[in-house]
Amino acid sequence: MMRLPWFDYRAPRSVEEAAKILAWEGDGAMLIAGGTDLLPNMKRRHQMPQTLVSLRQLEALKKVANGSGLRLGAGLTLSELLAVRGLRERYRGLAQAAAQVATPQLRNMGTLGGNLCLDTRCTYYNQNYEWRKAIDFCMKKDGAVCWVATASKRCLAVSSTDTVPALIALGARVKLVAAAGEREIALAELYQNDGIEYLKRKPDEILTEVLLPKADGWTSSYWKLRRRGSFDFPLLGVAAAAKLAADGTVAAARLVLGAVSSHPLVIKCDALIGRKLTDDAIAAIGEAAESRAKPMDNTDMDLRWRKHVVADFAGYALRELRGDDMSAMRLRIAKQMV
Amino acid sequence: MSGTARIERRRNVQLRLSVNGEDTEVSFAPYKTLLELLREDLGLTGTKHGCELGECGACAVLIDGEPQLSCLKLAIECEGRAVETIEGLARGNALHPLQAAFADHGGSQCGYCTPGVIMTAKALLEREPNPSRDRIREATAGNLCRCTGYQQIVDAIEHAASELRGEAK
Repeated sequence: MMRLPWFDYRAPRSVEEAAKILAWEGDGAMLIAGGTDLLPNMKRRHQMPQTLVSLRQLEALKKVANGSGLRLGAGLTLSELLAVRGLRERYRGLAQAAAQVATPQLRNMGTLGGNLCLDTRCTYYNQNYEWRKAIDFCMKKDGAVCWVATASKRCLAVSSTDTVPALIALGARVKLVAAAGEREIALAELYQNDGIEYLKRKPDEILTEVLLPKADGWTSSYWKLRRRGSFDFPLLGVAAAAKLAADGTVAAARLVLGAVSSHPLVIKCDALIGRKLTDDAIAAIGEAAESRAKPMDNTDMDLRWRKHVVADFAGYALRELRGDDMSAMRLRIAKQMV
Repeated sequence: MSGTARIERRRNVQLRLSVNGEDTEVSFAPYKTLLELLREDLGLTGTKHGCELGECGACAVLIDGEPQLSCLKLAIECEGRAVETIEGLARGNALHPLQAAFADHGGSQCGYCTPGVIMTAKALLEREPNPSRDRIREATAGNLCRCTGYQQIVDAIEHAASELRGEAK
């Protein structure tokens, strides 16, 4: 039986108070929202914060506001996010990603902000303390070596969030609040390619809000590879978004891969601008995406095959953008209608 | 792990919540999950302790009517919430239609996943009295069962749904 380690528990009533506690406690404190990522990690002794600062009572983090785009409170559970009016129509890729996170029960608990800050994952890391001790640990926690590639100087744990690729493709920004002030950055700027220091969020910052630009003329899509139709983290996530003219000409496009790197991987789509999403154009972008993807042997399924299907998945996403009926393929791959 | 600061911290905390409709006050160690609180401090062992990591669904209970995993819920965060567990379903000797349907259709074999599945199904049927088989599968996609192959579980939920709508023969 895995017990949680002891911790002090604080439940601030406002974002300002939470930020002050974080500033005061320093590195020993961690934020807890849904707890579905942090608590398993605490049980396995990956993280043992002295103090847990709960975001549960912060109603400000539950706000949804329409304006020039859509502002989403980071404290919305994924189920609450999916219930936001118009989300599925205007930001389809985000809805498709959120609907495929974990399980229905976990989506009732886990939050949008939590999925944005999700710890990176690896077969050598997501194990209990005794298992990790038996291999003398790894560099992500308590050890010195990366067992995925022992010559690697950095941790190769995988960015495993579904919503982040979808949000980056949609051009999302995030708001970070600290006691000393707040800042707003492009979501892609929050991440870096390191399994340990995967977030550029400072320890005293609270991710409070996700800001989506107006969806006018944009269409989006998210495709996820996993073994089962539920539970599993992505083995590959492909998010695509494009602004299409009435005749289908691409005015702007973004393609983002998840789970093939320690950060979300943005693929250049300049070649698509001013062209239509023809089979040839889609195949060329798919090939580019496949060559950029560097899946490692630290999650489920064969890594060569996982790399090989990147082009296929990019193709599904882009074909969905141009309006192909992908429902049969989606049902086969996602095992659900999303 | 010594010193007065630590010792100070190891005090129990008090919590008020509603469990199966009854207002309950309980004193417990603050690191406990809702699952541990239910099983160890309230003696409600119907909720099962599975993977402890959110990978099986055996510990699902209803919190304010919504299925959540009690193994990943800090008990301390349940102040003032309404928790429903499998123990709250039967009325005296009369089983809840879901419990009866699981028994009749073989929806339960070893029984370990059953409380979690039934609580999840209860929440579904309260919101959607007439779900399709696909919808039942989708709603219970967070509950692993290693015995039944799921067919009998879906049959049982479908039957209980018609029972609850007052249509069953």
